[in-house]
Amino acid sequence: MDAVTHPEEFRHHVRRYLFVFYALLFGTLITVGASYIPFGNHEINIAVALFIASGKAFLVAGYFMHLISERKMIYGLLAFTVFFFAGLMALTVYAFGDFPRSTIMH
Amino acid sequence: MHPHEAHHEDAGFWRTYVFSTDHKVIGIQYGMTALCFLLFGFCLMMLMRWQIAHPGEAVPVIGPLLAAIMGPVAAKGIVSPDLYNMFGAMHGTIMVFLAIVPLAFAAFGNYVVPLQIGAPDMAFPRVNMASYQAYVIGGVIMLTSFVLPGGPAQAGWTSYSPLATSIPTDGQTFWIIGMVCLITSSLLGAVNFIATIIQLRAPGMTWMRLPFFVWAQFVTAFLLLLAFPPLEAAAIMQLMDRVAHTSFFLPTGLAVGGNLAHISGGGSPLLWQHLFWFLAHPEVYVLILPAMGIVGEIIANNTRKPLWGYKSLVYSVLTIGFLSFIVWAHHMYLTGMGIRIATFFQTTTIIISIPSVIILTCMFISLWGGSIRFNTPMLFVMAFLPMFGIGGLTGLPLGFGYSDIHLHDTYYVIAHFHYIVAPGTIFALFAGIYYWFPKITGRMMNEFWGRVHFWLSLIFMNFIFQPMFAQGMAGMLRRMADGGANYSQARTPGLTGGLSSTMMGLHTWILWAAICLGIAQIPFIINLFWSIKHGQPAKSDNPWQATTLEWQTPTPPPHGNFAHAPQVHRGPYEYSVPDHDTDFTPQNEPEETAPGKRRPIPEHAPA
Amino acid sequence: MDIPYTVAPRPDTGLYNAKVGIWLFLASEVMLFGALFSSYILLRVGAPEGYWPHGWLNVPVGTANTLVLITSSITTVMAWASCKMNQFGRFKFFHACTILLALTFVCIKSYEYHDKFTHYEIVLKDGRIADGHIVENNPKADHVVIAGHYVTDKKELYDLSGLSAFHKHAELSIPREQIADMERYGPWHNTYLAIYFTLTGLHALHVIGGAIVISFLWFTGRKMWESDPERFTNRVEVSGLFWHFVDLVWIFLFPVLYLI
Repeated sequence: MDAVTHPEEFRHHVRRYLFVFYALLFGTLITVGASYIPFGNHEINIAVALFIASGKAFLVAGYFMHLISERKMIYGLLAFTVFFFAGLMALTVYAFGDFPRSTIMH
Repeated sequence: MHPHEAHHEDAGFWRTYVFSTDHKVIGIQYGMTALCFLLFGFCLMMLMRWQIAHPGEAVPVIGPLLAAIMGPVAAKGIVSPDLYNMFGAMHGTIMVFLAIVPLAFAAFGNYVVPLQIGAPDMAFPRVNMASYQAYVIGGVIMLTSFVLPGGPAQAGWTSYSPLATSIPTDGQTFWIIGMVCLITSSLLGAVNFIATIIQLRAPGMTWMRLPFFVWAQFVTAFLLLLAFPPLEAAAIMQLMDRVAHTSFFLPTGLAVGGNLAHISGGGSPLLWQHLFWFLAHPEVYVLILPAMGIVGEIIANNTRKPLWGYKSLVYSVLTIGFLSFIVWAHHMYLTGMGIRIATFFQTTTIIISIPSVIILTCMFISLWGGSIRFNTPMLFVMAFLPMFGIGGLTGLPLGFGYSDIHLHDTYYVIAHFHYIVAPGTIFALFAGIYYWFPKITGRMMNEFWGRVHFWLSLIFMNFIFQPMFAQGMAGMLRRMADGGANYSQARTPGLTGGLSSTMMGLHTWILWAAICLGIAQIPFIINLFWSIKHGQPAKSDNPWQATTLEWQTPTPPPHGNFAHAPQVHRGPYEYSVPDHDTDFTPQNEPEETAPGKRRPIPEHAPA
Repeated sequence: MDIPYTVAPRPDTGLYNAKVGIWLFLASEVMLFGALFSSYILLRVGAPEGYWPHGWLNVPVGTANTLVLITSSITTVMAWASCKMNQFGRFKFFHACTILLALTFVCIKSYEYHDKFTHYEIVLKDGRIADGHIVENNPKADHVVIAGHYVTDKKELYDLSGLSAFHKHAELSIPREQIADMERYGPWHNTYLAIYFTLTGLHALHVIGGAIVISFLWFTGRKMWESDPERFTNRVEVSGLFWHFVDLVWIFLFPVLYLI
């Protein structure tokens, strides 16, 4: 995407952006729809919603933010960020869940 | 785009010295401001030590001034428990966020890094200026909190909820707002450093030819970039708790002053601790890594040989950076953690000591066989090594949960981290000031007074902090305004585990050592300012005969640093290379045409 | 010596400086919102069974806001593409749309906030709880009128997911002397609202900030476009990356706060 501009080439990119846009609209509608489906277990609703959201995020990041054709360096930076974010979330939640059972629940 | 030189001919006083976008000016601004805060933080410590050694007695000489400024909490010039807590909280906050980080990272980094990589400036000069301004605003907010009714923050530099939320003063709120400004400053700085080091390295300056100082600053910048935002989020939430009466960190059933608090509850005090320490542990590496970088530069230069184990140093500093994000809860062993999570954090904590030891070992081995020049920077740096060693080794009992149960929140902890920061980091920063002074001013600082400063500081810092290990192991707790008098044998004779008169008596010893340490800084302050205009002129642009690029510029370096991008031909520590005329070869010296000595490296090798 | 690679990319990294800078900044923003999302998880997991609100937010309105941001995302990337294709006029058109959509988002959000700030929970002295939107709250009058309903157990107020967003409540007139406590649905009301207001408030600040930057480029862009179009295009790209990140955050905020 940092290449010299070629208007003809770009029309091809523009079509791709439009497809992503339609996919995002569709994704929004099915997220809302899926939230009304009674899966029985509420955790499944959560998983479905987050899964669709991740898909939409992948499209925005990959195509609108050009990540799909971006340099390794940016991937590397984001990989570390995601790892540390996951660590913060996972370890904190785990720490909350792991305490001596004989003490009073906080 | 017009050349910068012409633009700055008529910049005027304000654009040149106050609102400058030049990294060197900004570096000096950071340095001067940070040194002022360092002095202020030191004074706060003196007041605290007085109260500990002489509980309930008015502070001599400045007692009335204290009462005038601080109001009822300093009535009759006595450091009351509330005032002691204020000093304690602000001493920590100011030293960490307003003194050491701005000095070690922002001041030295801003001045030296662009020069060492052969760049004309930082990648984003205006963002650089903005980051300094955010720092000043944060500092002003923190200082202002001292004169607000009720005084400044008093919940420790750690600002744990629910205490930090329950203190009704504006000063406590100002602390949070000040922190947000300082975090913003650090984030902007971190972005600038990383982008600069990635993008603006001169032709031929490959990653493995970078001076170790640049690697250290690079990793430090990543720590700031990724670890500060969770604290910013937590600060926002604590601000919401205080101002909007939310209950992010306030549990259901909280009672303040005997009355049930009118809050929704449902929050968790532990959540604050996790978010705080997620930053604050990488923060301590932010405090030490730039110092290690400075130590590396000065050792190589003054032993006239390359640093031993350059690759090990680089990989170690990268490993420390990575691991520092997953050790934080070793500050929380006593919060009721379960065995599994405690084991995880103990494991990562012990593992992170390995790269630290590797770095220290490489530095020590670098001395072996060196042609050592014992100038002032080298003295400070050589003292850094064993002092940091003591600080690091004493951290091991704290890293293991079992022993930490006994040592947590005692003076042992205070001794441990002060050994790392005071005769550790601050010594490296002093060394850096003596070392780079001739590049900034063209003059040398006085060598005799430098040695006086060194020896007195070394002796008195050890006198201050060494006894604290004993006090801590004897059970003396931190943050006690009476210095533990309540738990002493003197108060309750025969008390099991009561603090002995020896332990209590050490307070007086420490107070005198602190006073002497303060006096020992006077020659340094005078030397610093006097030498700017009256110091011995440096013999050349490169008085230390150093190899790195910052010494291959005019003195002081002009705006834009280099007339043309320097071409780098070799690594950063080509000292005492056999068959060379001189015992050092600058990184950008053109290659000799003799065969066997040339090792051409492509201009922009893949990173 | 001028700063290199401000426009042309550096050969070995393939990036120009500002792009490295904005991605670094976005990485820090991931950590910022990540910490808030972590807090959300902890607060929710820590809440006793049945005491975490469901259905308190208007899903159709939230969906509309989601569509607004997604549309602004496509207009943003199209604005940059227009610059790349040398069509300054189309750039102006697309980013005008972006700015208007940003303002629309903020307006809708303000409406939602207003809805919460006019929603009261009134605990009566006889133990009942009246809950609804304020109709009349004249300080001089001895009655408070809300459009709502009575419940006997606070727990009944938590799960409203069965209710339609457009459900109409009856008007209740409550004498002031019967009121023990009256609190509106602000961030202080419970931790769900606290994290809701904090997350969406911080996000809205980012929307406003991004809109300001894009507006600045829109209003002052012609000068730089004429003197240095490549540099201007890069600025459009960099501000666009920030905008897409703002959209990304909302893509997660919406289901997390509104749907699950």
